[in-house]
Amino acid sequence: MSNTLRPYLAAVRSTLTAALTLEDFASQIVERHNKPEVEVGTSKEVLLNPLMISRNENEKVLIEPSINSIRLSIKIKQADEIERILCHKFTRFMMQRAENFVVLRRKPVKGYDISFLITNNHTNTMLKHKIVDFIIQFMEEVDKEISEMKLSLNARARVVAESYLLAFSS
Amino acid sequence: MSQPEVYSLAQTPITSHAFNGDRSQVAVSLSSKDVQIFERQGHDWQPTETLSEHDKIITSIDWAPNTNRIVTSSQDRNAYVWQQTVDPQTGSTIWKPTLVLLRINRAATYVKWSPNEDKFAVASGARAIAICSFDPEGDWWVSRLLKKPIRSTVLSVDWHPNNVLLAAGSADMKARVFSAYIKDVDKRPAASVWGEKLPFNTICGEYSSPSGGWVHTVGFSPSGDILAFASHDSTINIVYPGGPAIYTIKSNTLPLVTLTWTTEETIVAAGHDCQPYVFSGNESGWQLAGTLDDTNAAKSSGGNRAGYGGASPVGRLNSAAFNTFRNADSRGMGSSPGQSAGSGESELFTVHQNTITSVRPYDGAPGAVSRVSTSGVDGKLVVWDVNSVSPVQTLTAKMGGLHLK
Repeated sequence: MSNTLRPYLAAVRSTLTAALTLEDFASQIVERHNKPEVEVGTSKEVLLNPLMISRNENEKVLIEPSINSIRLSIKIKQADEIERILCHKFTRFMMQRAENFVVLRRKPVKGYDISFLITNNHTNTMLKHKIVDFIIQFMEEVDKEISEMKLSLNARARVVAESYLLAFSS
Repeated sequence: MSQPEVYSLAQTPITSHAFNGDRSQVAVSLSSKDVQIFERQGHDWQPTETLSEHDKIITSIDWAPNTNRIVTSSQDRNAYVWQQTVDPQTGSTIWKPTLVLLRINRAATYVKWSPNEDKFAVASGARAIAICSFDPEGDWWVSRLLKKPIRSTVLSVDWHPNNVLLAAGSADMKARVFSAYIKDVDKRPAASVWGEKLPFNTICGEYSSPSGGWVHTVGFSPSGDILAFASHDSTINIVYPGGPAIYTIKSNTLPLVTLTWTTEETIVAAGHDCQPYVFSGNESGWQLAGTLDDTNAAKSSGGNRAGYGGASPVGRLNSAAFNTFRNADSRGMGSSPGQSAGSGESELFTVHQNTITSVRPYDGAPGAVSRVSTSGVDGKLVVWDVNSVSPVQTLTAKMGGLHLK
């Protein structure tokens, strides 16, 4: 593991732990509604300052806390064209199945690849430190996953090219 | 040091709890539309009755100990006063709801009986507090609204012992003290440190949270001369209105969301850190005295504390150390004793496993409370002895491995 990943993940972890101090909060704009304030944004006083943690220009996390929900957006490392395509396919695959991931948002925030929305209902039903663990684990795994996919894609391309060019070598 | 009594009432969050006068029954709302009443049977609590009238989640419950009435507030904008009456058909005693004319059009967030139990205050998301008193002619509860300078949802209220003054903490980052004097109900209050002439809606004090956090909880001291409030910027503030002194205790823990005074010089406060903290002091200064939850002591569920339990004894040390370093390296996780560091472990070292949402005096007269009860998102109800204070293991010590370089 490289040297910059540890403080990066530690910063995300402690920010997330502090941000996940949510409580039930009914809308003060619409009667009998209860919505994530970070999404509707109609009551300025219950939103906290968004915080961006970046490892470098390609990898960053935006955490937007509010009184009853937080939104966490991740920009995944994309070094070249192949990684960009793989990342797009991968996040799209997951976001189409957002219901199964519970805290996943169906659309990422602009400028990011994938977004999570954690509300007070999630912190009520799940253990808070487990949610934090899940996010951190996701951040670790997604880089690994994409570089693995890239490797197997390259390997496959090499095999295909070899067997194709074999026809001309004789 | 006495162990806290832990009762696991449910798997769902307890949004609020209130005991009756002799502590034989407790009313809780398990994050639903109904109020559950549990009765003590030996060392257990058995559900006896369900009060259902609300049609949205119940936010707060208060049980008047002497008049034996329950008041509930809900996000459906209503409050009900429940009174035990004899059912004419069956002859059994039932809890009968009385509607309260709140005249608010947003969620009711918090409710509290006044010390004389002839009024109650309902905080709401309509930027108002409804002060309700009984109208015998109409046989219902009528309300007058405190509206003036409140600019956001009111999150909590607390009554002054003189039955007139009311403190309120709201999401506009202010704690305020109002007069809730109602002519027909109250006698003219004696002059206090908060003021002399107190017509309805007089603002006796307005205090900002030091770094701009929502004021989650407010509380008057037993004498009523001191006000404490805790806000989302992880501070607890103690206000002496006589002298212009406000003591602010900044803590490095997560925010506190509920507090109660146990004596004139001690406060028990709890919140997102899952353990009740004790603050003590007097006019010359306040500080954190300790915690009621001794996280170092072995608990009944001791087996789970060790972590990494499944590994063989030979390789155990090795793999534990290995895991610790691997976690620190790859996941930014310190080897903190207070946190769950193990891969398979999901238990915190505190008694409550999730946020504590309510702390109330349990035993003892106001000003000499000997035990307090807490309930939280983890569905536990815990009774603590307030005198068994142990030193705090600070978060900086716990998270020693997490310092950013």
